[in-house]
Amino acid sequence: MQDRGRLGVFLVAPALAAVLVLFVYPLGYSLVTAFQAKGGGFTLGNFAKAFEFYSVDIGFTLVIIGVSTLLIALASIAIGGYLVLGENPWAVALLRWLYRWPLFIPFVVAAQCMRTFLAKNGLMNNTFVALGILEVDQTIGFLDWRGIIITFVWKQTPFVALLVAGAMASLDRSTIEAARNLGASRLRILLEILVPQVMPTLMVGLILSFVTMMSVLSVPLMISGESPTMMTVDMAFRINNYGDYGTANALGFISYLLTPACAWVYLKRAVRRS
Amino acid sequence: MTWIGRGLIFGLLAFVVLGPLANLVLWAAAEQWYFPHKLPLTYGTKFWEQVFKPRGDALTSLVTSTWIALATVAASLALAVPAGYALARLKLPWRTAILLAFLLPQAFPSLAVYINIARLFYDFRLNGTMTGVIMVHTVHGLVFAVWITAAAFAAVDRDLELAARNLGASGLRTFLTVSLPLAAPGIMASAIFVFLESLDEFTGTFFVGVPDVITLPLLMFTASIAGNYQIAAITALILLVPSVVFMLVIERFLKADVLSKVGA
Repeated sequence: MQDRGRLGVFLVAPALAAVLVLFVYPLGYSLVTAFQAKGGGFTLGNFAKAFEFYSVDIGFTLVIIGVSTLLIALASIAIGGYLVLGENPWAVALLRWLYRWPLFIPFVVAAQCMRTFLAKNGLMNNTFVALGILEVDQTIGFLDWRGIIITFVWKQTPFVALLVAGAMASLDRSTIEAARNLGASRLRILLEILVPQVMPTLMVGLILSFVTMMSVLSVPLMISGESPTMMTVDMAFRINNYGDYGTANALGFISYLLTPACAWVYLKRAVRRS
Repeated sequence: MTWIGRGLIFGLLAFVVLGPLANLVLWAAAEQWYFPHKLPLTYGTKFWEQVFKPRGDALTSLVTSTWIALATVAASLALAVPAGYALARLKLPWRTAILLAFLLPQAFPSLAVYINIARLFYDFRLNGTMTGVIMVHTVHGLVFAVWITAAAFAAVDRDLELAARNLGASGLRTFLTVSLPLAAPGIMASAIFVFLESLDEFTGTFFVGVPDVITLPLLMFTASIAGNYQIAAITALILLVPSVVFMLVIERFLKADVLSKVGA
């Protein structure tokens, strides 16, 4: 048994080392730099500067990601639920075919799609005008923080929905059948039987999605590069225009702070399991 | 629900999901399109010839992107298959902590980390090299590689492995002839995830790859910001092809029994 334990460590070690050298070390480096003055030495000046210039964007980042995550959760539960509980086989097959299209589409491509789709004179408004829903002078463009949310939800929902639908499909069908025989509505079965059981999978999907959205640079740059925008744009700006690592890393530190909450949710779950 | 209501909902859903993509296709085929025209004025292949001209930027970037993605898959699997097997089957101290460690690159917003990797790579002359970009992509995709591989090994019926051992096969032989082939679809799925993550990756390349490594996403971004929507749309379509193909086949590799074990 001792040997098998040692073999396990040996097999995991290279992969772990890669993460330590190429992620944990630079992460630590960025934490230190965030608190470092230009000539070295401890300072909180970087944070003062970050808040002075970018407090609006920090708030907007939280709102954008928070709203996106919520919408993604609702949409994935709805899609997963319909795929498992839907009664019309044609509709289920159609949904299964339809919902996954954006799954692997790169963020840059999604941003390019939306950049021309959501514009004031983009295809979306053109379609509304052609259908007579809107007049030409009533159209509004969505190329601002709302556009970022729309792009995120469009791009990330299939990923979470795929995980959720997979987990729902592998659940024991007999409880569902029993509940249905007792006359429970499909909505009630979804909310009281399916969702609680797939909660761990849903959380993993949402956490991965949340952090991915926190790090995306291309979508905010291409949809709405002007303030108010996301912190990622500000970080890239500090580096590329001023070589200002202090402020950029202070912003990075703030974005890290938002994620321990997510890790905590995962840890709590892991502890409960063991 | 009546069929009218259902039709309306699905129509709206189709518009939401496919509209942005249709829009991209239109831009790729358009030669002239400006306000107030709702559809392109003239269609043509002028911009396609521009993109695909021999030794043009797009072809070079396509080759660069493909090589980087393939090398990233190779590196990820070399690290992830042993690690995934150990996590699924062997006794490991701090197993949860190790699983969590692979989540780190996805658990922290990576942009600030990339900035600092670029700064550190500068000392090792890795900035602007393919090797540097591959290293960044590998670590970023490792969580998918390790977690899905571990789930794939965990979903293998343990009795089959025990039967092989009982018949006298060594541990290594059991792994190579029983566990590995049975987990192959899951490992393939993780390879697909890593390949697409690498092909898709923008932020890391943006900081580490400049100015010499220009992958397709970077090329597309530059074209879009410059207002060359046709060029951007055509480059985007090239990036879309593998994405859509993999989207259509993913469930063949990633079965529900493996999916339910991801991150467990």
